[in-house]
Formats: sequence, structure tokens, C-alpha cells
Amino acid sequence: MSVFIGMPGDFPANSAKAVQDSQLRFNLRKATHTIRGKRASVVGELPDWAQLRAAGKAIKDHTLRHLDRYLVQMEEAVEKAGGRVHWARDADEANRIVTDLVKQTGESEVVKVKSMATQEIGLNEHLAAQGITAYETDLAELIVQLGDDFPSHILVPAIHRNRSEIREIFLAKMGDAPADLTDEPAALAEAARLHLRERFLRSKVAISGANFMIAETGTCVVLESEGNGRMCLTLPETLISVVGIEKLLPTWRDLEVFLQLLPRSSTGERMNPYTSTWTGATEGQTFHLVLLDNGRTNVLADEVGRQALRCIRCSACLNVCPVYERAGGHAYGSVYPGPIGAILTPQLRGLGSDLDASLPYASTLCGACFEACPVAIDIPEVLVDLRAKVAHPRAERAGMRAAGWVLAKEVRLAKAQRLASRFRKLVPKRLPGPLSAWTDTRDLPEIPKESFREWWARNERA
Amino acid sequence: MRKAVEGAAEVEIPRDYRMTIPRDDLVAHFAERVDDYRAIVHVVPAAEVPGLVAEVTEGKRMIVPGGAAFAVGQAVPEDELLTADGVVTGCAVAIAETGTIVLDAGPDQGRRALTLVPDYHLCVVRADQIVSGVPEAVARLDPARPLTWISGPSATSDIELNRVEGVHGPRTLEVIVST
Ligand code: SF4
Repeated sequence: MSVFIGMPGDFPANSAKAVQDSQLRFNLRKATHTIRGKRASVVGELPDWAQLRAAGKAIKDHTLRHLDRYLVQMEEAVEKAGGRVHWARDADEANRIVTDLVKQTGESEVVKVKSMATQEIGLNEHLAAQGITAYETDLAELIVQLGDDFPSHILVPAIHRNRSEIREIFLAKMGDAPADLTDEPAALAEAARLHLRERFLRSKVAISGANFMIAETGTCVVLESEGNGRMCLTLPETLISVVGIEKLLPTWRDLEVFLQLLPRSSTGERMNPYTSTWTGATEGQTFHLVLLDNGRTNVLADEVGRQALRCIRCSACLNVCPVYERAGGHAYGSVYPGPIGAILTPQLRGLGSDLDASLPYASTLCGACFEACPVAIDIPEVLVDLRAKVAHPRAERAGMRAAGWVLAKEVRLAKAQRLASRFRKLVPKRLPGPLSAWTDTRDLPEIPKESFREWWARNERA
Repeated sequence: MRKAVEGAAEVEIPRDYRMTIPRDDLVAHFAERVDDYRAIVHVVPAAEVPGLVAEVTEGKRMIVPGGAAFAVGQAVPEDELLTADGVVTGCAVAIAETGTIVLDAGPDQGRRALTLVPDYHLCVVRADQIVSGVPEAVARLDPARPLTWISGPSATSDIELNRVEGVHGPRTLEVIVST
């Protein structure tokens, strides 16, 4: 099974690097706090948020309970509406199916709209090896792809890049970027618009994911902001959608819940700019749906862990996570960063590697993710359960304390910056042993005088 | 797969969230929410709609889908999609709570590309098409049709989280509510 590994190493080592990078930390803090504020205000607007959340959770649990039946229903409905359905057990199989479908069209270029499922299976790399070029069309994905980089956030994949870095990337790699390109966000967006427009009009094949699938009607649903999704879904002659089997909802009516939960939790808007729904082959298109398992049935078999399959990838848990905010998305070594990544990645991939075994420790168990989650996934509960399964002393030692150290360090950092730098010279630069990775920074943190929970309450929720 | 969930309990789905949000200012509320997305909004009596459409499209080369009876600045055929300045359509449903218009590719809206490629989208919404919230809209829509839910102009926040209007979809969205 081929899997995308964002960075080699394990979580403690990766995040230690990230914590040292002050630009990254600044970008992350700004981004997560901005979205957090917007989310809180639009969620607060709905007096029935708790009821919607309870319904969302129950609909997903009910679907997972009868996933086999609903998947067959989905298949029948899509085929009845003129689409073709393919089943992929793992990443290899999915990659093979998609490659064959593209080859059948005779095309060697495809346009893509951001999809976590295709990142999870490493589709772009596989297509490239087969001589097919996949062009990402989301602005952020374009930045990541041109920069030869990896996404670091579910919703804002280029969150780790600032505008001048983006300008540099465009000038160096875009080919048709205007020579006098400024680093104004509007100018950068305009450059991307012009760069992609012709490609959209020319492309014969598009690859997408989907946020939801409706078993009853065979409908697929994509939420987006920029309109590149609409371009990909509408203009090309052939559309191939690769969708994780857990994206299913039983009935059309269920959308009334999720179209309220997702945009508000995700971008903090009442509604995202564009949502497209289509059923089977639409407006003369050829439509293929690839249903992806890739470890999901194994997750389903775990009584505690299966709740991770309720996830609608809104990224609210990332934005409230004190560990994510400091460690950054790349440290998680997977397309699924943050709290959800810490429980989903080790379950999908198993606990075999150092990285995956250390992920369940990339948390302080503060519970902020659970509170923010629109489908009430009890992430701390799954983390604790996974920790019991790891039985991996090094992961525990390094990972567990690491989360605490990173945070303590952040508290210290602000103070330390106000102190004279001479103070730094008086303390040892590194801790011995496995914790050295975590103290490989300018300031050795003190052991916090209060529990994390108290610190959180005082600093973040006041 | 069936084995994976063996013994798991059946789940009741509680639907005690709001199916409708009673309000008597539906039109005003919708207009306000559309405006929040930085779209242009007008609320006018039905009799004044034709005049306003002609006025705001003056000098523009507009696509008018087959079933839409609007007199515009200069009407151009659908096959001039790539060079047209804009498109004028009706809609299927509009949602006050979220400031959303939903297109279902009906005769007064045309195929999906028409409202995507041009840089300007003018949408005429009848007051009776406005519902209070998302559940009512979902109930009114036909899943067999391709749907496009539009909430404001195309936007991105991918660069340092600055909202920039208009990446690939129409950069200007103008809505006329006909009362
Ligand atoms: S776990 Fe919950 S909060 Fe996190 S991305 Fe998934 S749905 Fe959103």
C-alpha cells in the first residue's frame, strides 16, 4: 500500500523543527485564531446548533451501522442515473482504476479539485509515474504543488506560506505569471485565475472528491469557495470522483443538517460560496464514482475508534488545538493533520511506524477538539484508547511530554522575548535523551506551574 | 463490512432542530444576508424589475438563457459564452438565513456553465421563492437535477486568510428581489 508521508521521522522530531520556525508559527496562529473567531460567531447565531450536532452525529452513526446496505443503494442509484461505480479496496487499486479510466479517454492531462481522498492515496504521484499530469486548481493546492511542497491544513493547505513566499513561487514556477506581479492577495489570485482559465476550458478529464454522497438518490455533493470546483465538475467531458466510503448519507433530507454544520464549522461562514450537487451522468458528461475503502473497514471494526469515520473534514478541531497551532500541519506526517489526524492516520495505516505510534501522543487531552467538532467525535477518548494499543515506550516518553513542553515553551517564549537575551546563555540548550528534540530551541522552558487545563482556561477562553 | 459493525446498537436520529424559522421580514432578511457577502442587492416591486434589469445591464453583452424573458443591454447567444460580459438568470429557491440562491438548471437558468464562465451574474429572485432556512430549501429541491448553491461571489482566503473576491467564478454577483 502506498501512502503519502509528509515528512519522515516522528511527531516529536517534526514538531520540534516546526516550533523553531517563527514565520510558520506566526502564520498558523493568525490563521487558526481568525477562523476560530468567525466560527464562534456563526455557530452562536443558530439557537439549534446543539440539536443539529446531535442529528449529525446520529445520522453518521446510523449510516456506519448499515454502511454495506447504503453503499449498494448508492451504487444502484448512480448506475441508474447513467454513472459507473468502481470499488477500490486500497490505495493501489484506486490509483489503478483512475489511471485506467484516464487512459481510456486518451488524455494525458487532468484537472483536479482539492480532495483529501486522492491525497491520501497519492494519486498525483501515481498518475505522474504513468505519464499523466494532474493539475491542482485550488489556489492553495496550486501554491503547494508549484512550491513542490505538502499541504499543512485541511482547509487552508498553504497556511504555512505567506504572501511574499507565494509571489516567489508563482514567479519561479507558474510560467505565465506577469513579471510585475506584486504580493497583493488580489494580484496573486488574479494571476492564478488567468493561469488556470485556459486549462479549465481545454481539459477533457477532471478528478474530484466529494463531501457527501446520498445513497437514496445517488447524488454527490461538493462544497467550495473559489469556483474551480464548479469548473472541474461542469466543463470537462469526463468526471472521475474518488470518495471515501464514509462520506455516505442515507437520505436527501440529511443534507439539511450537514449543509448547516459544515460551512459554519469550517470556514466560519453561514454558507460557503458554492455548493454543487449532481446525480449520475449530468449534462452529457461521462461520470465515474470510485468508492474508496483503504483501511476504513478496519476502523469501522474498532468500537471506540470507529467514531473517527463520522468526520466531515471541517478542520474546526485543528483550529482550536494548542498542539497543532505550535507544531504545524507537516509534523503529523499525513494528509490528515491535527487532532483528527492523530486519531485517523494511525487507524488507517496501523501503528507500525514510529510516526504513527507517536501520533496518539500529539495531544494534551484538553478536549477543545471534542467541543468544536460538529459531529461530536470524542477525540480524547479515541486517543486514550489508541495509546493503550501502542505499548511503545519511546513514543510515550517523547510524545506525551512533548505536547506539554511545546506548550510550556510557547508561554515562556513571550516572556523570554521581553527578557534580555543574555538570560538565554545561562541555561542549558538541550535536554538529554529523547526529549532533546523538544528542547532544541533557544529557550529551555520551565515546568509549568499550573495544569494545562488551567493554563488553557486562563489564556484562551478568558 | 457487516461483520465490522456486528453488535453495534441501532441509532435513533433526533430531528428536533428548526425545520423553519418563522419571520415576517423574509425578503429584508434575505437581502441583508446577500449583502453580507459583498454582493449587490436590490429589492423592487415586480413591475419595476424589467426596467432595473435593462438599466444595470446597459452596455453589457449578456447571455439570456432560453427560458428567461429579460430585456438586457445587448443579448448575445450562448455560444459566445467565453466573451460575454455576463449572464442573467432566475433561480429555483433562495434561502434567507444564509443569503443563498440555488440554481437547478431550469429553463430560466440554463446549463451550469452559463453562470460560471462569465465574470458577472445577475440573478432575479421572486419573493415567493425565498424560504427561511436550509431544511425548507432542501425539501423544495429536486436531487435529480444538477444544483448550484451560490452564496456571494467566488472568493478565496488562501493567501494569509485575506478574503479575495473572485477567483474562478463570477467576480460580481448582483441580485434583484422582485416583490
Ligand atoms: S474531527 Fe470533527 S472537528 Fe475535526 S475535522 Fe473532523 S468533523 Fe471537523
